[in-house]
Amino acid sequence: MTLIVGASAAGLATAEALRRKGYTGPLTILGAEPHLPYDRPPLSKQVLSGTWEPARAQLRSAEALAALDATFVLGDPAVHLDVTERAVHTASGRVLKADNIVLATGLRPRTLRGQPTLRTLDDALALRSDLLNCSRAVVVGDGVLGAEIAATARQMGVAVTLAGPQQAPMALQLGPVVAGLLAELHTSQGVDLRLGAAVTEVDDHGVLLETGEVLPADLVVVAFGSAPATDWLQNSGLVLGNGIVCDSRCRAADGIWAVGDVARWHHETLGRLVRLENRTNATEQAIAVAGNVLGADQPYTPVPYFWTDQFDAKIHVHGFVGPGMSVVEGSLSERRFVAHYHREGELVGVVGWNMPKQARQHRQSITPSCRATAATSTQGAA
Amino acid sequence: MKITVDQDKCCGAGTCVLLAPDVFDQRDEDGIVVLLDEAPPAELHSLVHEAASVCPAAAISVTS
Ligand SMILES: Cc1cc2nc3c(=O)[nH]c(=O)nc-3n(C[C@H](O)[C@H](O)[C@H](O)COP(=O)(O)OP(=O)(O)OC[C@H]3O[C@@H](n4cnc5c(N)ncnc54)[C@H](O)[C@@H]3O)c2cc1C
Ligand code: SF4
Repeated sequence: MTLIVGASAAGLATAEALRRKGYTGPLTILGAEPHLPYDRPPLSKQVLSGTWEPARAQLRSAEALAALDATFVLGDPAVHLDVTERAVHTASGRVLKADNIVLATGLRPRTLRGQPTLRTLDDALALRSDLLNCSRAVVVGDGVLGAEIAATARQMGVAVTLAGPQQAPMALQLGPVVAGLLAELHTSQGVDLRLGAAVTEVDDHGVLLETGEVLPADLVVVAFGSAPATDWLQNSGLVLGNGIVCDSRCRAADGIWAVGDVARWHHETLGRLVRLENRTNATEQAIAVAGNVLGADQPYTPVPYFWTDQFDAKIHVHGFVGPGMSVVEGSLSERRFVAHYHREGELVGVVGWNMPKQARQHRQSITPSCRATAATSTQGAA
Repeated sequence: MKITVDQDKCCGAGTCVLLAPDVFDQRDEDGIVVLLDEAPPAELHSLVHEAASVCPAAAISVTS
């Protein structure tokens, strides 16, 4: 019996990879939400803007889910893990025992004073209706999630202010030059950027900055500071620390594995613990974990990758970015380019702006080693 | 095997192309997936299933 806790991108992909690799035993997928697996990237884009019906964000058709031959237990969060018994206890009182347990519980967003945030489908639908009924929104958080929400809200016709401590949106994930272009794009589309000052207080009527400035709003959206969803594992005996700490095989304990946004594992080529919050990692790590559950005993050593869509920009980020960059295809002024990022003479990152195919082709040349990337961020999306 | 791709869902990640370059390609201008072979030979089936599972936009469906 294999039990997967978390019925989303990483959990589902683990189940699929187990079956593809020949696992024929019983498979149970436990999920806190009542929904069948759906995808999160469209939540801040097509679902929030209303261009997609929520059903389009479903990850798989009913037919594909049936072919998986797995039992879905939904709407029943895990509340306790017994590592020695290898058993998961759920809120409704179920006890599920398994030979292998894969933890795929993702992130829980931080909220401030109960203001809306965005992680789940229900959040997205609620936020959409809030946006349709508001005249000015302030989005707190200058990472990828905040920047995407601001862009989508603006395209819905809402007056939007984006607040956060960085000099430009996504500066940490894009480096100063490309983040500067993103700031220009937001400004040209009418987003009011109030960056470079931390938010100190939030309520229904707006936001207070550390400078003393007040940003009035009838809707405040909080988009920063998600934390790995490990609260239910506090007394399990697993090592927790910014995620479920795992070895290079993504193993947290004998027969217990972690995958996706919640997993912090030892990346052998980088020589340190890494946790990635992005969609491609969820599925790629799932393949590695499924292999290891079945005995492959292989380390997971990906080059991180994420993308974001904001207004007309499709930005693809491979590897690690930093301050020094050079444009190798296209040009900044055309807003269509591929840029390389070097550290200590090694190519450690590639960013594409409206050139996804070309950026992907450059990806193969990335060889990040522990030395060259030690000081860079491994933040993915959200 | 019959493959369908949803170009409207595709985010241009290119993971499918890395896995099965004989089956998938990307448009040069915007990176959107192009299906080269909607009924590939049996030896490619397991890679195609993997591509469908790994695609970060759930844009690839496979029916047998
Ligand atoms: C709005 C939004 C937009 C994004 N856009 C992008 C993007 O453009 N590009 C990109 O690369 N990435 C993006 N991401 C990130 C990407 O969606 C995540 O990296 C991915 O969803 C991680 O998958 P996961 O399965 O690890 O975690 P999750 O998708 O968070 O799934 C975890 C699941 O576990 C469940 N769960 C939690 N606790 C329990 C419990 N105790 N018991 C049972 N179940 C539990 C949750 O309900 C959830 O369904 C975005 C994320 C969000 C929220
Ligand atoms: S893997 Fe999916 S999202 Fe990426 S190019 Fe292929 S179809 Fe598009």
